[in-house]
Amino acid sequence: MEFGPYLMLASLEGAVTAAVLALTAVGLSLVFGIMRVVNVAHGEFFMLGAVLAWWVSSWFGGPAAVGFIAAAVIAPVLVGLLAAAADMTLLKRIDYDPERTIVVTIGLLYVIQQVTLMTYGPEARPVEPPFNTRLALPWFEWGENGFQLYWPWGLSTTSYKLFVIAAAAAVLAAVWLLMRHTKIGLIMRATQLDGEMAQVFGIPVERVYAFTFGLGAGLAALAAVLIVPIQQAHYLMGGDPLLLSFIVVIIGGLGSLPGTVVAALLIGMSDGIISVFFSPTLAKILATLLVALVLVFRPQGLFGTRAA
Amino acid sequence: MTETGKAIALHAGLVVLLFVLQWVLPAYHHGNLARVMVLATYAMGYNLLFGYTGLLSLGHAMFFAAGMYGMALTVKHLGWAPAPALVAGIGAGLLLSLAVGALALRTAGVAFMIVTLMFAQAVFLTILYFGEWTNADDGLVLQRAERMMWGLDLSNDATRYVAAWVLFTVCLGLSLWLVRSSFGKVLIAIRENEPRAQMLGYDTFRHKLAAVTASGTMSAAAGAGYGLLFGYAGASFAGVQYSILPLLWVLLGGAGTIVGPFIGALFTFYLIDIASGFTSAYMAVVGGVLIALTLFARQGIGGELRRRVWRWLP
Repeated sequence: MEFGPYLMLASLEGAVTAAVLALTAVGLSLVFGIMRVVNVAHGEFFMLGAVLAWWVSSWFGGPAAVGFIAAAVIAPVLVGLLAAAADMTLLKRIDYDPERTIVVTIGLLYVIQQVTLMTYGPEARPVEPPFNTRLALPWFEWGENGFQLYWPWGLSTTSYKLFVIAAAAAVLAAVWLLMRHTKIGLIMRATQLDGEMAQVFGIPVERVYAFTFGLGAGLAALAAVLIVPIQQAHYLMGGDPLLLSFIVVIIGGLGSLPGTVVAALLIGMSDGIISVFFSPTLAKILATLLVALVLVFRPQGLFGTRAA
Repeated sequence: MTETGKAIALHAGLVVLLFVLQWVLPAYHHGNLARVMVLATYAMGYNLLFGYTGLLSLGHAMFFAAGMYGMALTVKHLGWAPAPALVAGIGAGLLLSLAVGALALRTAGVAFMIVTLMFAQAVFLTILYFGEWTNADDGLVLQRAERMMWGLDLSNDATRYVAAWVLFTVCLGLSLWLVRSSFGKVLIAIRENEPRAQMLGYDTFRHKLAAVTASGTMSAAAGAGYGLLFGYAGASFAGVQYSILPLLWVLLGGAGTIVGPFIGALFTFYLIDIASGFTSAYMAVVGGVLIALTLFARQGIGGELRRRVWRWLP
């Protein structure tokens, strides 16, 4: 293949990564923005989403689409409820103290991960995609007859990958609408601005926190349900999304939703493209160093206005 | 007895007890205790920063790994003897902690934790990336001939125990001296109230940088010692898990106490040892203990001892 089609393929793969990453990172960003809490167990909620998706879809059996839709509804709700319960039993008890929260969520990370290992086992298991048509993609060239399209061998994507991108965009739009144009969103934003003042005005801040923590985890779980037909469900799959979401949230400015989405596109696309042309390990080294240096020299992130 | 006398008597007693135990313990626990003493040295290094200066690092595995690989790489590729290699490992930890401290200390609180986590991740990935020299996931195995230090065979069980004991004792003494010196008092002042320490005229940045460097160097010494005594340097020692474990040991044993890290490392070692007899998912125990400690016992075992029995515990 020539360079052009190759780049197009890499950017399509990158767009799928970016879509899933944006969902996961927005969940992390919501929790940080509203509760001022860094949730280290976020990657495990992602993993739980994938594992539950496998569980639900194999329990339903029948056509792949039925199992997938059931998984997309049930898995995020279950994960969200679990996270809300964790918020009420653990985080509330330590008053959302930033450092102790990190230690507790590290503990939660190991408990969730290892309990999954004990019950689900160490195997990686796939979920069947509801539809998976192979779509050949055209490329153009300047031949003897001027401009013409042709279908290079190997340049293709699947309908499911395009669906992942569209679904992620739709969910992100829904989150934006929820935050901007509903009463729940208004209450959440009020809590974000000043939790104590919101409480004085009769907002049940504790319930808002539990809802936010559940919503953030649910978004991560939904992202995992979307990716699990492409990538298999495994009990250690939470590590990479956690690290990448951290990177995205920090580059995008902690707590800024538009910044998070822009950064997710940037990181997801460049991760896809860089990994095609260079070593993925080198790409990760550069990304982690970049994040550390951004936090040191520009703590408000590249797009944000507020310090961490 | 004065408080200084009591403190010295307690710690000297522990050290003597550990030395005597080598003739009493059965082989299995003998080997375990040697390992625990090296890990406790790592925890004491971590405690200097977390317990006494109040800075929570999530990336100490990079210093442990710097010591381990600084030692193993010079032995493997330059053919150095263990003694200079040990110095090379400690030097690598010193330089790394100085550089990381200078950058990371520009941030505070949560940002400091994330920055140290990211730097440690970069170090871990770098070890994997240079797999040609570090043998990536499989790690480097040091042969018996490469572990002969001053004519002593460090792969021999008895020698290894004494070597681990020497490392532990030296670092315990250094920690005790450090936290009781005026420098240590300033670190504690920074932990309790940094703006106030600053107001009193202390250059808190330089003190914190010195604390990061001392802590990182001691962790590197433990890493180099571990690699030399147990003959192996692997990338897993640079992973996130090895940054979390010293935090657990110190929290469990009691942050800001000198014996705490040893108690925590010993307790956790046997807890994981017993748990792994039942299930391969033994890290769940680590998670559960972390949660329980944060919720119910913030002071850890050493902290409770200090509160109830020995108020003078340093």
